Amino acid sequence: MGLFILRRLGIMILTALCLTFIVFWLTNLTPNLEKLAKTQGNARMSDEAVVSWLDNRGYSQALPVKYGQWLGVLPGYVIEGADGEVRARCQEPGQPLEDASTFCGILQGDWGFSTVFKEDVSGIVATRLGLTGKLMFWVMMVMVPGALIIGVLAGMREGSRTDRSLSTVSIISTATPEYVSGVILIAALATKAFIDWDTIPFKGTATSAMDDATFENFFLPVITIALYGMGYIARMTRASMTEVMTAQYIRTARLKGVSFPKIVLKHALRNALIAPFTVIMLQFPWLLNGVVIVETLFNYKGFGWVLVQAAGNNDIELLLGVSIVSVFVVLITQLISDIGYVFLNPRIRIS
Amino acid sequence: MEALTWTGSLGTILNPALAILVSLLAVAIVAQIVLGFFAPAMTLQSNPDGTLQARGGALGMAETGVKYLFLATLAVVIAYIVIPLVMPYGWAGIIGEMSKRFLPVWVSLIALFVISSVYKRKLGLYGKLFDSMVGMIGFGLVMFWVFTAFYVGFFDMIITHDYLSQVSGLKNKTPGVPVPEGTEGVIPHYLLGGDNLARDIFSRMVTGSVFVIAIAPLATIFAFMVGITLGLPAGFYGGKLDTVLSFIANLILAFPVILLFYLLVTPEIVETGIPSYMAAFLFVFPLIFFGVLLNSRYYTQPAKRNAIMIPVLGILGWLYLSVINQKGTVINFLPEWLDLFDISILVVFVSVVFVNAPTVFRIVRGLTLDLRTRDYVAAAQTRGEGAWYIMLWEILPNARGPLIVDFCLRIGYTTILLGTLGFFGLGLSSESPDWGSTINEGRKLLLIFVHPALPPAVALLSLVLGLNLLADGLREESLKD
Repeated sequence: MGLFILRRLGIMILTALCLTFIVFWLTNLTPNLEKLAKTQGNARMSDEAVVSWLDNRGYSQALPVKYGQWLGVLPGYVIEGADGEVRARCQEPGQPLEDASTFCGILQGDWGFSTVFKEDVSGIVATRLGLTGKLMFWVMMVMVPGALIIGVLAGMREGSRTDRSLSTVSIISTATPEYVSGVILIAALATKAFIDWDTIPFKGTATSAMDDATFENFFLPVITIALYGMGYIARMTRASMTEVMTAQYIRTARLKGVSFPKIVLKHALRNALIAPFTVIMLQFPWLLNGVVIVETLFNYKGFGWVLVQAAGNNDIELLLGVSIVSVFVVLITQLISDIGYVFLNPRIRIS
Repeated sequence: MEALTWTGSLGTILNPALAILVSLLAVAIVAQIVLGFFAPAMTLQSNPDGTLQARGGALGMAETGVKYLFLATLAVVIAYIVIPLVMPYGWAGIIGEMSKRFLPVWVSLIALFVISSVYKRKLGLYGKLFDSMVGMIGFGLVMFWVFTAFYVGFFDMIITHDYLSQVSGLKNKTPGVPVPEGTEGVIPHYLLGGDNLARDIFSRMVTGSVFVIAIAPLATIFAFMVGITLGLPAGFYGGKLDTVLSFIANLILAFPVILLFYLLVTPEIVETGIPSYMAAFLFVFPLIFFGVLLNSRYYTQPAKRNAIMIPVLGILGWLYLSVINQKGTVINFLPEWLDLFDISILVVFVSVVFVNAPTVFRIVRGLTLDLRTRDYVAAAQTRGEGAWYIMLWEILPNARGPLIVDFCLRIGYTTILLGTLGFFGLGLSSESPDWGSTINEGRKLLLIFVHPALPPAVALLSLVLGLNLLADGLREESLKD
């Protein structure tokens, strides 16, 4: 078990390095850097001015060197620019050059500085992640119990009418991407277009939910994300439940005369929930997608919204910070799902 | 000209009927679900007179009630579509006029369903689809949009106005608004109203189907070619090749899709030519696939092989060069008379294929791992067949069931991805009528005007739902074998 986790961790770190290097390479392509120089410096800079602006700030070094500096395994640059000013990567604003540390990268906890928000990346990522965490918590609270109940009810009597109608509901929910269900839900529940509400029950934006989340302003974004994931988890639960219900020990229990609700709750449920557990964990990467769409749609300024802002404005260091976090979220959930699967399933655990 | 109402004169009779039926149906369904929890499981029981036992009591009544109420509701809905076809213009309201615009689609759908049902026993898996209700509904929804795209794309038939022309005074006007005198167009109304640039929403919605129907299946086919060509050897040989390919596939899958889109689909990246190189790499796989497929089968008869392979590879190669060769990008070497077409949205196409290919790879690899232990593979190996012959002519045909089902699901997923790209305004011009872009345009004023965003949203939902139901029906029918 220990060796298994170690090997998985090794692969995970290798994957994370590869992915961040790809993001680093794509954001540091020449046209992107030129755009950065023009937005940061002067929009009407000449080509030579752009080159010297990039030279002075260490952007013209070789890609692996830049990546190493960003990671914190190579010493940060100290460059005397063409304009005579000496700039160092690790120099804080107002700090004398001699006091600046040699290494400053992700490993040292220095995530860089966002050019759009004019703030430290680590601070932005932390606050926005907190906001998204709040959203995700409520999504999980709605999605997981809802999906498990639908899946178990559908799977306990395969082929029954309940099964067929609940399966159709879950197919509909997987076929509705967030930008469709969000638009339809807003139109139906947050405007007077379909139903002439006396008071409109829900708000179409979640901006106020950032400080003070209430049922009124937080229900629609939560249910929009939850709906898309719910169908998939419910179908997996149903499949696993139908498989368990045909097992020998369930038949034995029925022949002994155990009542049907007792069979479902005491004998079948535990084994039927192993597969959905891994599926729920693997849903996180998809949820991340949903979060970006829903936060844009409902104007909730969380992590997904920052991703859009950073990518849209080519804010290199912020985008890198955001990608690291999202890549790690994906990889860690994969790891937990693998370990959890082994842990929950006695047949694998013992062998 | 007066504004159209939703149902026109038809509504006076049909609307109350529909309302009553739907509320009764809802009551019956709820009753059935609640009663279903307490009822014992139904078992078949034959009576002495040779009939089968139906479920009696309250639940039995609820079940029969649901069935007949559903059929009655369906009949009313069909009446909304059929009756307007014989009514003069404007009498049947917006829904009636839309139904008239879709007349060629209805005719084609009916013809297709009638012909397919008659010959369903001779049509293999496709014919079996007509035994499953879910599969038929899904297939109907999908073919509705396929026919719509066909008639709009080739004959300009269903659209009522030019999807780009702006008519002053119709900005954000509600559905059924009359257009000013002298405006070009087939009918004197905007059926679904005007958007925030005063363009006809109905025409934009149906034109958007052309984009989706043209791109989504094609991109999925390319993703399948890549996934199959790499997944078969990875599963068949295993070892180092499998480790490396699986690592790369997992690498791409660990990327959040939206981040990848934002990194790939920007004007700056297009300038560097990365999408063109990716296109050159990804689109070569169909060539490899068909080359290996034909060669592994016919290499013992060189004359026959050459006769088949040279024309096939020649045409594919020409298509390949025309696709990757584009004016204004890094790959631009073909003389103009050789270049068949320019795809302006190559970058969208490439990124969608790129995102889909690793999942297909994983599925094919898993299936191959399972199938390579079968007896027919051992038999082929004993006969001395080559590895590629076994992979492409023994394993692949036997993996077709799950692959066809996944193909349908994946077209739906690709449609969702294309919508996502449009929703974030990536790679497509803001004028583009595709559904994602129009939803994005419409959502900005959603709290004031809901009508611009809803038609494309419902259209996208119905197509993806159709594909999902179709996949479900296919899965059910293929499992029956």
